[in-house]
Amino acid sequence: MMNNPMIRAVDVHKHFGPVEVLKGVSLEVGKGEVIAVIGPSGSGKSTFLRCLIHLETIHRGTIEIEGDKLVATDATGHCQYVCEADIRRVCGRMGMVFQHFNLFPHLTVLQNIIEAPLTVKGMCREEVVPKAETLLRKVGLYEKRDSYPSRLSGGQKQRVAIARALAMEPDIMLFDEPTSALDPELTGEVLRTMRELAEEHMTMVVVTHEMAFAREVASRVIFMDGGNIVEARPARELFAAPEHPRTKAFLENML
Amino acid sequence: MNYVFDILPPLLQGTGVTLKVFIITLVLSVPFGLALALMRISRFKFVGWLVNGYIWLMRGTPLMLQMLFIYFALPFVPVIGIRLPDFPAAIFAFVLNYAAYFAEIFRAGIQSIDRGQYEGARVLGLTYAQTMRRIVLPQVVKRILPPISNETITLVKDTSLIYVLAMNDLLRAARGIVQRDFTTSPFVVAAAFYLIMTLVLTYGFQRLEKKYAVYDE
Repeated sequence: MMNNPMIRAVDVHKHFGPVEVLKGVSLEVGKGEVIAVIGPSGSGKSTFLRCLIHLETIHRGTIEIEGDKLVATDATGHCQYVCEADIRRVCGRMGMVFQHFNLFPHLTVLQNIIEAPLTVKGMCREEVVPKAETLLRKVGLYEKRDSYPSRLSGGQKQRVAIARALAMEPDIMLFDEPTSALDPELTGEVLRTMRELAEEHMTMVVVTHEMAFAREVASRVIFMDGGNIVEARPARELFAAPEHPRTKAFLENML
Repeated sequence: MNYVFDILPPLLQGTGVTLKVFIITLVLSVPFGLALALMRISRFKFVGWLVNGYIWLMRGTPLMLQMLFIYFALPFVPVIGIRLPDFPAAIFAFVLNYAAYFAEIFRAGIQSIDRGQYEGARVLGLTYAQTMRRIVLPQVVKRILPPISNETITLVKDTSLIYVLAMNDLLRAARGIVQRDFTTSPFVVAAAFYLIMTLVLTYGFQRLEKKYAVYDE
């Protein structure tokens, strides 16, 4: 067991009706680690990520974020979430980026970014706007600050989504297939932004099909299949010599 | 032409009554309809059913019948029975009825918003109420403007139903003059008044739609 992990998930079970999607997933993520979660579709990797930030509820298991409980299961198998206020507080330490961006179409790029700091943190505009502009410069979209999302390319949208998540100053960033909805020539700009984030030692969990990104940026790669973690090892090792036959088969298919 | 000027004062008075019913109904039934829509989609199934039944009742019976009921029959209903004067009775019926229609428009609008919007708001820490107010409803307004404009224009003309409670709205005023003077020209003038009112509304809604056209979805 790790000392003070940022994320600690133990024996996480989740089912949609009769279908078991997570069959006891355990994972610890240390500070500054970049975890790439790979695996075939339907393996439960996105669901697992969504469970971490409580977009899905789990049916058994424990999840702790920076040592604070989100959900725990006692000896009798009773699965109990913390109260709504604590859920909000604990999940507030994570930012999330979605496959389909989920930008707010009625708000400009800048408004998208300052919305949560204003409404959730109650910060004032004078404080938030310069910070948002700094973030926009960082993702290279300062000149788009007053555009509406519909005017942006997919890659630009995703970079705005990253800036929007960062504006809440999360300790952990979750990425759910951030480049899967993009045209191939637009994935580079998004991956570059993510790589910069990793270089700043942001703790990241990235569900992805980008094997090159996983190999080069991730500190550890998790291979999931059938609702289980099949293999979890440092990126270079896993790609160089996958141990499990299913990992091997998957990687051969992907590369 | 002189005749038209002669009949203008009573027709304008009637228009005043019509506009009063229209504006008060609109101001009250839109928020009430929104509340109904939110209750209709609430996770408490029972509340949803209750609202469903209410909407069925209000859309399933004629507005005129509802008005007559509230004015003539409500006083005799045990416990809740109260006697309302004609104007409040009419307003009451209109608000109850129109809120049911607005509720369905709002519900359709709210449910047309992609789930990703809720998730995007949620991971940023917005509460359900904040998500509704800041993210969902502003987008809903854009989508429901056309049906809301329909309903609003219908309301202008439906106000003429208050004649059954013997109130002098625009149409009843016109009819009174027609019967008194044996000429149908007051009808023409009344029609022109209705057209002007609906023209103003049409223009207003067009402006709103343009305002919301600054962004695409």
